[in-house]
Amino acid sequence: MTTQSLERLLAAKEIAIFCGAGGVGKTTTAAAAAAMAAVSLGGKVLVLTVDPARRLADALGMEELGNAEVRVPDSVMKGAGAEPRGELWAAMLDAKQSWDELVRRHAPNPATVKRILENPLYQNISGRFAQGNEYIAMERLYEIHRTGVYDLIVVDTPPTRHALDFLEAPDRMADFFSSRLLRWLTAPARSRILNLASRPFYQVADRILGSQFLQDIAEFFLLFQTMFEGFVERSQAVKRLVYGRRTAFVVVTALEATPLREAEFFMDALVKLGLHPGALVLNKVLPEYLLDQGATRVAERLRADGAALAAELGPDAGEPAAVTRVLREVGESFLNFGVVAKREAEQRAELAARPDIVLAVPFFETDIYDLAGLLRLGRVLWSGA
Amino acid sequence: MTVDLLDRRLLFVTGKGGVGKSTAAAALALLSALKGRRTLACEVDAKGDLADFFETSRPRFAPHKVTSNLWLMAMDTEASLREYLHLQLRLPTVAPLGPLARAFDFVATAAPGVREILTVGKIGWEVRERHYDLVVVDAPATGHIVGQLTAPQAINDLVRVGQVREQTGWLADLLADRATTGLVVVTTPEEMPVNETIELVQRVRSETRIDVAAIVVNRVLPELFSGDDEAIFERLSEPALSDRLADAARGPVGPVLEAARLAVTLRRTRAGHLDHLRQSLDPSVPLLYVPYLFTRGHGLRTTGQVAEALSAELGF
Repeated sequence: MTTQSLERLLAAKEIAIFCGAGGVGKTTTAAAAAAMAAVSLGGKVLVLTVDPARRLADALGMEELGNAEVRVPDSVMKGAGAEPRGELWAAMLDAKQSWDELVRRHAPNPATVKRILENPLYQNISGRFAQGNEYIAMERLYEIHRTGVYDLIVVDTPPTRHALDFLEAPDRMADFFSSRLLRWLTAPARSRILNLASRPFYQVADRILGSQFLQDIAEFFLLFQTMFEGFVERSQAVKRLVYGRRTAFVVVTALEATPLREAEFFMDALVKLGLHPGALVLNKVLPEYLLDQGATRVAERLRADGAALAAELGPDAGEPAAVTRVLREVGESFLNFGVVAKREAEQRAELAARPDIVLAVPFFETDIYDLAGLLRLGRVLWSGA
Repeated sequence: MTVDLLDRRLLFVTGKGGVGKSTAAAALALLSALKGRRTLACEVDAKGDLADFFETSRPRFAPHKVTSNLWLMAMDTEASLREYLHLQLRLPTVAPLGPLARAFDFVATAAPGVREILTVGKIGWEVRERHYDLVVVDAPATGHIVGQLTAPQAINDLVRVGQVREQTGWLADLLADRATTGLVVVTTPEEMPVNETIELVQRVRSETRIDVAAIVVNRVLPELFSGDDEAIFERLSEPALSDRLADAARGPVGPVLEAARLAVTLRRTRAGHLDHLRQSLDPSVPLLYVPYLFTRGHGLRTTGQVAEALSAELGF
């Protein structure tokens, strides 16, 4: 129906952001698309992944996938039966390390860098807690894109509580650093105390949190303020890149209630932001033959008339009672999976109207654990099955 | 000595996205209510998913009754802060919280752990005050749960004096008491969820004092053939017999046999992951199996089916 394909979409863009709920195979799909792009489109293709399964790192031929980009060796590509026209590179986002690098880049002097890196609040933000990862992922994307080294960067987005988190991250970061409260907190202590409007808050905050903690917060912001301008400017640039025409969004989902709802919500949100969902990948879809009406009737007969059918098959098949049992099981199993397949077909029909490209990826019978497997998935994505 | 799952008073239910975490949380809460215990199901992610599993209205901060012995609430950190301030500082609940809420939002962004502590604090308070026999929390996914559970400790490290500091002590003790609190990890017999479960259990052991109470293995596919039956299936798949079967059944048997083969392969692949899970876990952690449900969607009926499966696994 559509002349579009994922191949053409990725050939036309510089950045492809793969998003969707957790557990739908987003990381694997992104890696497969990147591998396929390197093989068939050529150029330098980078897959920036967030938390790959051990096996995915192994599949790409990297024992230790780190923050630095690493080229997938030609030997691994050839071993998977591919004659790549381009190069496949891979990198994993290390949030803590990326934050540290950001501080080093923007802080005015080494002493400030040291104090920020040692501040307990900073350590908490960058290390222990996941929030902030959305921003740093986008920031790192911007940094890599700016080097101009890669023709295509495929990004696997971090698991967020909310699909929109990473789109809103640059704005939130900018808001955060330009807020009035921040200016108040970082104002000299004397004028702060004189500021009557803020007194009730300070009193309450002091009683709950203790002044030491408030001082830590204040110090943290004072230090961060030295990077303020660079930071706000930067987050705006990150936003322009992510929202720009050179970026495509690929929404990945499984045909199950929760991820589907998230995918629909996300596609609507993209449209509201004036962005276009480039492609929708429906992952782990059951085979279409489960919907075949003739086969469904056969399955019903196997389940209902197992004994009669076993008698017709005769002794070649085996002992009649056992054959009856097998026929019933086979019929029952088809009908069971048929129920799920019908639900999936219904959901697919509802989704089909949304983006230009809708791809269904079948339920692979075995797990993907090497580059050959990734390419097998990649070919399905390319052919637009 | 293991403590029976439903004899605890606080269960956090977590799992990788897409494995059926909310289904399991809803089913555990329903089962507990059916056993006559006053049960509160609490949703933390504010997506409103739990309402679907009980076919009830969208939960709010104030719990509403779903059915006999079962209440449902949604966590709201701002409401939790309001309640806390009211209880601790005797601030009137109707006081204009506008500026305070904005300030709170800001501090919560700046100081990670504040949101988490308000969530865990509210839940812990419900448990401590014995408002319910059991509180089941549909907790954040595996990537966020440790941050949530270690929030009292994290706050303790950051805040050295003040009222918050006094509050985090009892909370940390309540979470660490294995007769009271347990973590339930939901997974499916697939590669990524299994690996994430193993990693999570290790992290929970090393970074928190919370007890892993059970692993729920969801969507376990049935064994299609037992004993010699598979040999019969193989014979039926050969052209000679499958043609005869097609004649007898008056229709295409190919897809039907193909589907059975897919079911067998999926079951095999998954059995391998399940073995890996079993071998990697401390044998004292109970594994509860929930079969793959071939249903049209989810709702109270499905939640009931999962609750039934869990009930059988728990030996009721």
